[in-house]
Amino acid sequence: MMTRSLFNFPVGNWRHPFAEMDRLSRRMDWLTNAMLGNRGLHWFPARVFPAVNITEDKERYYIRAELPGMKAEDVELQVTGRNLSITGERRIQPEDENARYYRREREGGKFSRVIGLPGDIDADRVEAGMTSGVLTVAIGKSEASKPKQITVH
Amino acid sequence: MAESKELQVKEKQEVAAPAEMTRSGLVFTPSVDIFETEQEMTLMADMPGVATEDIKIDLEDSVLTVSGEIKPWEGSKESDVLVEFDVGNYFRQFTLSDAIDQSRIDAKFEDGVLRLTLPKAEKAVPRQISVTAA
Repeated sequence: MMTRSLFNFPVGNWRHPFAEMDRLSRRMDWLTNAMLGNRGLHWFPARVFPAVNITEDKERYYIRAELPGMKAEDVELQVTGRNLSITGERRIQPEDENARYYRREREGGKFSRVIGLPGDIDADRVEAGMTSGVLTVAIGKSEASKPKQITVH
Repeated sequence: MAESKELQVKEKQEVAAPAEMTRSGLVFTPSVDIFETEQEMTLMADMPGVATEDIKIDLEDSVLTVSGEIKPWEGSKESDVLVEFDVGNYFRQFTLSDAIDQSRIDAKFEDGVLRLTLPKAEKAVPRQISVTAA
């Protein structure tokens, strides 16, 4: 049987020790930020699909999500106020109906998520792209939320 | 699929015992679908963020190794606001039975999904033998 010949799937949750440290320190950062109200970070990662990473530079916020198997037209984006909503459906193409499955870990389904950004955004400067299953949305910051350099005389 | 369900966040699985890696960093096991039809085995793996040229598929002594290397996709001037998932390379191994015709393995990569087609060797394809009355 072929079932028996497939091995090496993840066993338990053992993690690389440093990776765990990394994660821990990041979670601690969130906590401190949340408590001290640093940079307006008062939220924790939501367990809502898709998981997103948000970064910023002086000009923009970048929101990234892993959506393998999806094309740009399968995702709908909307910007309202400070919020970005991502809606879509991941479809797993049905295979031959006589196919016998040994593993079925990839999942399809609908999703919808609203992400609140920490600062004001310019709804006219939104760019979105999809490259090999990763969605990147770049949203321009409004003048008010851009950092200003103040020179001391 | 008649009814479509709501997708849930699934934490990425790190490789339990990573093989010796030449680069440091996190390594994840990609989610896979493996199914078999009469003609072939098919393996689909989610590897978002990997460029086609950074996917490596090795076959040695009937051990199939699928790995994908991630290049940093964030600009150098960006700082984290929220991190919900980690980014890292992908690695997973499978043992193939001899019933696979190893010379005809085919791989396609599209939208972050790898599709590997492993045709069965001639002898493993089931054959119907009809009996005719004498």
